[in-house]
Amino acid sequence: MIKVEGLTKRYARHVAVDNISFEVGRGQIVGFLGPNGAGKTTTMRVLTCFLPPSSGTARVGDFDVLEQPMEVKKRIGYLPETPPLYPEMEVREYLDFVGRLKGLRGEQLAKRVDEVAERCSVADVKSKLIGKLSKGYRQRVGLAQAIIHNPDVLILDEPTSGLDPQQIIETRDLIKGLAGSHTIILSTHILPEVEQICERVIIIAKGKLVATDTVANLTSRLRGAETVSLEVTARNGADLSSSEVQEKLERVSGVSRVSSKSARDGALAFMIESQQGQHVRPELARAVIEAGWNLNELHAVGLSLEEIFLELTGAPNRDVTAPHATTVS
Amino acid sequence: MNAITIFRKELISYFRSPIAYGVMAFFALITGYFFYIAVAYFVQMGIQSSMMGQSQPMNVNESVIQPVLSNISVIGLFMIPMMTMRLFAEEKRTGTIELLVTSPVTDWEIIMGKWLAALVLYASMLGLSLLSIATLFLYGSPDWRPMLVGYLGLLLQGGSLLAIGTFISTCTRNQIVAGVAGFSVSLLLWVLNWLSAFQDSAAAKVVAYMSVLQHFESFARGVLDSKDILYYLSAIFIGLFLTGRSLESLRWRA
Repeated sequence: MIKVEGLTKRYARHVAVDNISFEVGRGQIVGFLGPNGAGKTTTMRVLTCFLPPSSGTARVGDFDVLEQPMEVKKRIGYLPETPPLYPEMEVREYLDFVGRLKGLRGEQLAKRVDEVAERCSVADVKSKLIGKLSKGYRQRVGLAQAIIHNPDVLILDEPTSGLDPQQIIETRDLIKGLAGSHTIILSTHILPEVEQICERVIIIAKGKLVATDTVANLTSRLRGAETVSLEVTARNGADLSSSEVQEKLERVSGVSRVSSKSARDGALAFMIESQQGQHVRPELARAVIEAGWNLNELHAVGLSLEEIFLELTGAPNRDVTAPHATTVS
Repeated sequence: MNAITIFRKELISYFRSPIAYGVMAFFALITGYFFYIAVAYFVQMGIQSSMMGQSQPMNVNESVIQPVLSNISVIGLFMIPMMTMRLFAEEKRTGTIELLVTSPVTDWEIIMGKWLAALVLYASMLGLSLLSIATLFLYGSPDWRPMLVGYLGLLLQGGSLLAIGTFISTCTRNQIVAGVAGFSVSLLLWVLNWLSAFQDSAAAKVVAYMSVLQHFESFARGVLDSKDILYYLSAIFIGLFLTGRSLESLRWRA
């Protein structure tokens, strides 16, 4: 359905997208993943014929974005990062306007306006001014706008950004409901979103394609290795040196790395990474108890796409104390 | 017709925001004032000439309608940037331009829709001035033909300035900048012909020829001159053409 080959977009000073190629089959939901400024929006803008590529080709269906932009535009529904809304229009007027822009007329138009309003749960605010709607409603009106002409391809640029958790869940469910009948490309920097919604992930960083695979394949790449957070105190307020504990922990079988975190109230905290396929928590607990220390805390942190993502995108050494910083829900 | 879709949406935007009403109210006030002055002066001259025993017929067209239309053409210079400033600047600021440009409509349809909507707003503003001029027909019998030519001239002049203002609006995402720039250009196009008042060189004539108001004079007198019609039509074409190029370049730069 979508075929991108050697796509490059250069600006005067920098290259926003550098030689990216990927394909998306009919009816798939694909997550477009990358840090801010990675080139997600630029790629999407090329696909929607908003920006011409500097080199390379992008095709939607059988049509090239440069050669037959009108045909491509007819088949694409696009929700930019900020929904393109006119605050002075009523929701019904707006949907009617967009429907006409996309070539719908007459009875069909009226029918589609009602359908998408129902589908995106904005039917109850149809006669309200868009400017008076809450952010969640606006996002849904934006989504309704994108699907009004029942496009083959749906391109959604960070559809859940800026919404509260409840709205995020609703929007995700809505998008999932659209799968099957539409081919969907969805960009995000929220990883759990991709795990929940998408079948495939395309990861880009600094304009380059880093990985494209199914979610299951990507997670299995790192499956088994886990990161554990551990906190110990000395029994009866005795002195305990950090290096002593660290040494002990490193000797536990299966542990690949131990790093010390800041200690507080006499408690020592560590982050421990296991080797592939090793579950080290039982062994760690035993080691601590046998050494005669108190085990205050022991839990596994972040074993998810985040790890893969950070590894693949080559992000700078992350702050181990905030492994869930990118998670919203 | 996609241009009509855009046109309707622009009219909704105009009449939902206070801009249209503010502009029209101000225009009604100022043309009413001009009209009052012109009529009062006309009446005074009439009394004077009859007191002096001269029975020279006085012409309503020449001494009331013509000066009022000329004044309106100057006022237009100041009002038009207010009508065009948001046309594209607002779409660029809020990102709705992405919706328009990624929909299966041509740039030309977008531009025509917007320009026509502005032209209709301008025409309805002109319509307000007809109200006061209509009272002349109650008390006298002015010739309506030169008046019609005068209004055609106003529409043509307005169309040119609107096209230029539309172009300026595509150059920025800030309405105020678009408004101020449009106003400056209007002002410049107005004062260009002052040069010919004291210089008779060929260069001065060329510069003066570019002035928008210069070409309105014949229309105000009720004269249809193909030279002036051509001037306005080319100004409209150039303005809209530049708008098209600017909209296109938006994609290469954005």
